[in-house]
Amino acid sequence: MGMTMTQKILAAHAGLQSVKAGQLIEADLDLVLGNDITSPVAIHEMDKMKLNKVFDKDKIALVPDHFVPNKDIKSAEHCKCVREFAAKHDITNYFEVGEMGIEHALLPESGLTVAGDVIIGADSHTCTYGALGAFSTGVGSTDMAAGMATGKAWFKVPSAIKFNLTGKLKPWVSGKDVILHIIGKIGVDGALYKSMEFSGEGVSSLTMDDRFTIANMAIEAGGKNGIFPVDDLARAYMKEHSKRDFVEYSADPDAEYDEVIDIDLSSLESTVSFPHLPENTHVVGTFDDIEIDQVVIGSCTNGRIDDLRCAAKILDGRHVKKGLRVIIIPATQKIYMQAIKEGLIETFIKAGAVVSTPTCGPCLGGYMGILASGEKCVSTTNRNFVGRMGAIDSEIYLASPAVAAASAITGKISKPSDLGL
Amino acid sequence: MKAEGKVFKFGDNVDTDVIIPARYLNSSDPAELAKHCMEDIDKDFVSKVSKGDIIVANKNFGCGSSREHAPISIKAAGVSCVIAETFARIFYRNSINIGLPIIECPEAAKEISDGDEISVDFNTGIITNKTTGKSYEGQAFPEFMQNLINAGGLINYINNK
Repeated sequence: MGMTMTQKILAAHAGLQSVKAGQLIEADLDLVLGNDITSPVAIHEMDKMKLNKVFDKDKIALVPDHFVPNKDIKSAEHCKCVREFAAKHDITNYFEVGEMGIEHALLPESGLTVAGDVIIGADSHTCTYGALGAFSTGVGSTDMAAGMATGKAWFKVPSAIKFNLTGKLKPWVSGKDVILHIIGKIGVDGALYKSMEFSGEGVSSLTMDDRFTIANMAIEAGGKNGIFPVDDLARAYMKEHSKRDFVEYSADPDAEYDEVIDIDLSSLESTVSFPHLPENTHVVGTFDDIEIDQVVIGSCTNGRIDDLRCAAKILDGRHVKKGLRVIIIPATQKIYMQAIKEGLIETFIKAGAVVSTPTCGPCLGGYMGILASGEKCVSTTNRNFVGRMGAIDSEIYLASPAVAAASAITGKISKPSDLGL
Repeated sequence: MKAEGKVFKFGDNVDTDVIIPARYLNSSDPAELAKHCMEDIDKDFVSKVSKGDIIVANKNFGCGSSREHAPISIKAAGVSCVIAETFARIFYRNSINIGLPIIECPEAAKEISDGDEISVDFNTGIITNKTTGKSYEGQAFPEFMQNLINAGGLINYINNK
């Protein structure tokens, strides 16, 4: 029996010829990641370890991004703890404010994640790097500590669901709509413990930023990882951003899948997830008006340059609805700079939006856009759980940058065609 | 190894944001996190729960973020075990790693009610509902995992080896 793409990567990192679903293995790690929320807990755990040193100072990435620039004294103490740990162990890839970005946008852009890698990160959206053909998955702080010390982690080899993509997306429909559609179809535990392997001729029409968005939200279907085949576009991205060699794996023709799901990209429409689960999906235009109080465009899901360009096209020459707060957050300094060069930031500010330095802030209700009781927000982030962005009776509607920007103009959940676009 | 206590019952997809809201993640102190455990799904949970009590939930318990603060807050609040139909995978790993015993048992998860008195034997995986008299067979922990939990988590377990 053949192996899936994920299984091949895991086998190679465990020093095995082959693995099968359910097998417990110990794999070598190419990168261990943590942020300002999860790293302090891991550092505290490492302090308790007899082996209190890191396995490889070049293969650890520490990215304070959640409550950074420090939102309060306690957050400042957490960041200080991470900064001191990075200095003590001479960690190569520690990203201070000014160099930083949201981790899952920053690491691929910095060339630290490439095809064929096995990556663990103490952040659930670590699955993002599957867009490049890597195996990457979220873990907790204790696993991060053990990973930093030993360079290894144990895994149960996952089975997989194959998503066979065909066709091409319509204008204004993007990777976000693809993944929301999939989560709506299979549910928030539809891929529990499994790999989500994307394949088919439709993949080639998806931009890298679409793929990052899709892989990023695999966790929202319960998935262990999401992964894309390596094609010319992915190769070009890695050659542009990374000096590292990469290894391409592809699924065996006789790989076994729990399920194969066909998705015709040309049939997808602008999609929104209603509160309070990402699986509560609806096609924009099929429900009554929902008036909103805030729009957030950003996050590890949708704060990349394609996302900002899309929002700017819609906001250009228009103005956000009076009384609405629109917060736009480029995911990294590099993306921010690119957006300035292209005039996107000017477009946003002229349209009445506020633009922030990179931060996860509002996505998890940290700061920079907390919702009051009863307020509604259209957000390009990844979770709409109860209280995620503020008051427990506030509401989050997950959407693409196109829907978020169109909604910013009308003040209710809308799509670009509602503006004649 | 055994757990015994009163049941606090929850439904499907209890996510890490309601277990420990991110507004409290500027702390990593277990005692501080315990004060806000389950706050956004049951604001009175912390005042009602007693040491040894057990959480029972339906499917996909602990979905969402990788914050280890979620199982840490549950353990520090005094909860001795979590039983669910299924767990989200990162939460499962984190719980074992910090020494919070958790068991998947769909039948028990469906039938056990809020307020029932139950006991769990980790050697056999047997869950007994003392209120109804009914027993269920959950998965038993293999010896290494019992040792890991007894050691208080993965780090102590590695140190002890």
